[in-house]
Amino acid sequence: MSKIEQKSIDLASQEMLKKAQAEGLNTCWDRVDSMQPQCGFGQLGVCCTVCNMGPCRIDPFGEGPECGVCGATADTIAARNLARKIAVGGSAHSDHGRDVANTLLMTAKHGGQDKAKGSHSHDYDITDENKLKKVAQEIGLEIKGKDKFELAKEVGELMLGEFGKQKGELLFINRAPKKRQEIWRKLGIVPRGIDREVVELLHTTTMGVDNEYRNLMLTGMRCALADGWGGSMIATDLQDILLGKPVPIRSKVNLGVLKEDEVNVVVHGHEPVLSEMAVKASRDPELLKLAKEKGANGINLAGICCTANEVLMRQGVPVAGNFLQQELAIITGAVEVMMVDVQCIMPALEQLASCFHTKLITTSPKARFPGVKHIQFTEEKAYAVSKQIIREAIDNYPNRIKEKVNIPKQTMDLVAGFTKEVVFQILGGTYRASYRPLNEGIISGRLRGVAGVVGCNNPKQTHDLFHVELVKELMKKDVLVLQTGCSAIACAKAGFLVPEAAKQYAGRGLQEICDAVGIPPVLHLGSCVDNSRILTAACEIIKEGGLGEDLSDIPAAGAAPEWMSEKAITIGFYFVASGVYTVFGADPFSVFGSKNLTEYLTNGIEKDVGGKFAFSDNPQEMAKLMIEHIDNKRKALNLKPAMYA
Amino acid sequence: MKKIYYDVEKCLGCKSCEVYCAVGKSESKQLFRAVFEEARAYPCVDVKQVGKNSFPIACRHCQDHPCVDACIAGALCFDAKAGIVQHNKDKCVGCWLCIMVCPYGAIRQNSKLKIPVRCDLCQDEQAPRCVEACPTGAIIFVEEEEVSKLKEKKKGKK
Repeated sequence: MSKIEQKSIDLASQEMLKKAQAEGLNTCWDRVDSMQPQCGFGQLGVCCTVCNMGPCRIDPFGEGPECGVCGATADTIAARNLARKIAVGGSAHSDHGRDVANTLLMTAKHGGQDKAKGSHSHDYDITDENKLKKVAQEIGLEIKGKDKFELAKEVGELMLGEFGKQKGELLFINRAPKKRQEIWRKLGIVPRGIDREVVELLHTTTMGVDNEYRNLMLTGMRCALADGWGGSMIATDLQDILLGKPVPIRSKVNLGVLKEDEVNVVVHGHEPVLSEMAVKASRDPELLKLAKEKGANGINLAGICCTANEVLMRQGVPVAGNFLQQELAIITGAVEVMMVDVQCIMPALEQLASCFHTKLITTSPKARFPGVKHIQFTEEKAYAVSKQIIREAIDNYPNRIKEKVNIPKQTMDLVAGFTKEVVFQILGGTYRASYRPLNEGIISGRLRGVAGVVGCNNPKQTHDLFHVELVKELMKKDVLVLQTGCSAIACAKAGFLVPEAAKQYAGRGLQEICDAVGIPPVLHLGSCVDNSRILTAACEIIKEGGLGEDLSDIPAAGAAPEWMSEKAITIGFYFVASGVYTVFGADPFSVFGSKNLTEYLTNGIEKDVGGKFAFSDNPQEMAKLMIEHIDNKRKALNLKPAMYA
Repeated sequence: MKKIYYDVEKCLGCKSCEVYCAVGKSESKQLFRAVFEEARAYPCVDVKQVGKNSFPIACRHCQDHPCVDACIAGALCFDAKAGIVQHNKDKCVGCWLCIMVCPYGAIRQNSKLKIPVRCDLCQDEQAPRCVEACPTGAIIFVEEEEVSKLKEKKKGKK
């Protein structure tokens, strides 16, 4: 893949790649080229490094070994490898959720103390009291006679308890339709405690424990459900309570949001607890004055990856780009500080930043980079730490080398911040908040169905191409698209996340719906942990009635067209385990070395949980598979065919 | 005339050469599709180990080619111009005499098709796939004269 047009369809990215090429700067696209061909055993999932009798490899061709030293077959090895990835992906989201729960508890504690003393010492507040009350009621707490801090403490404690719980069922399992809960109970895959499911899954994959691929996948699904209906869902809900529930908000996206005459601070990573404070600090009059003194016209904050999605939907902070643009943002030469926390941060940033004046700053004790400045973030001193980081950026502004600055012009408008609650209100109006119009839309056939398109970027295939082509095709076929993560950013850059996009791209039915309620044909629901919002929105659809009794009945499908992270695997598994047909693009899971496991994931698993996987390396084919599935579900519900098919 | 040479010190025994050789011999020539093909693709190269050293073995396309002499069906012939031993599947009767006489043990059996599995230096590609696939540069594809130079260079380094 040597041509720049084959590396990315995004013009701003192409411009930066040309600069990188001209100046001999190394990016992940160069590294993926030099990595070819990639290890076939690894790609097929038949390399096992579990114990010290190995490493063992199963010969996918020829007549080499058919099992490892211990006797593990390709089925066992591939299933164990995949199970470990599920555990890691689930850990990432859940650990994020745990941190938010801790912050909520701390806020409740400080808030209570302050109230007694009549002072104000904390940086956070309980921003959305309504949601707090709703969640409290949902999990069986009495809300009468308690102030928001008391209630937040109780909710926080119960939620934190979910991580270490040993018995029973996770509280949010109750959100799923009854029929779905029964399916899980019958299979014995209802998650008990979030941490327990991760540990148990890891245990089953060690040498000489679970050897049956189906059982490994069932344990894997239990762990994945503990992410989707546990860790991620807790992260989403508690973030809303703490930082405020997102509402539709306009902003801009792409590298062009970086500013020539301002201090540019890029927030990159995942957890909004710090970046929210950074937003606040970037608006601090004292710091703005300091920026002026250093010759800058202001402080410009922009996001990358899921942190971007979080501060975008709550604060309207512009998005500099998605996963594959993290290096390109530095290559603009206009970034004073890139502050990072956890997940999806390329180790290569350190080397690249050293070619410019850009300072990379790590903030999480969980994620350090050799030789990189570390300013540790603590919830107790959140605002002070954020100010310190922004001050670093301001101090670095005079070091910017004018000749090295090239900011691409491209920006695009977008509307983000559609949550389960907001969709509710937009569809039915403030006084009759209801999913009825959405359900009616699907029942009448004006809408063919709903699709969730989520996930990462991957330099193994053209950047953004799969997201954009797939979503374009789905819109054309009257499918309402819900998006999160880097996929949402890709489509935002393509101009799909504005109401006007309906006229240009949507089929007639979808256009009518978008016109009637004034929404874009593609809805931005947030970050990767906010995939839980897609689950809860689906539950609302079932609750509204007319589209079956279980999540697997809804004419819907999911996709991760350019996935790369283990988190995407876990998300895929909790969607499939919740009954959703899910199509993965890029390369398939590393399981093709096992015929039985591949057959189970793409077929047999449907008998167990109602959802299944598909793998495709072509966005048109992905769309076709999803639409076929949606049409089949329509038929099963005895719905008329799509109105404008 | 370019030939394949091996730098035994660089071989880590990862078998990438085997995998990509087999992919090249498959119908689809794509890894994820090749593993599901009914007629299994066989690699012509085989990674062996002696003591602590691993190394790939494939047909050396010898100047003095005992396999060609031994072939009773006339399925093997030496193409002097291309410098390779060619195999005609239609003529082959699967008697395995070539396997028995090969001094390198470089020929293997495709027991299903009853024909020998042997390297053709990937005539359909610019360079043999094993050379491209080797992550450490242990498989080298160079002119015969170049090899002695490479050897000298290596000695100098030591």
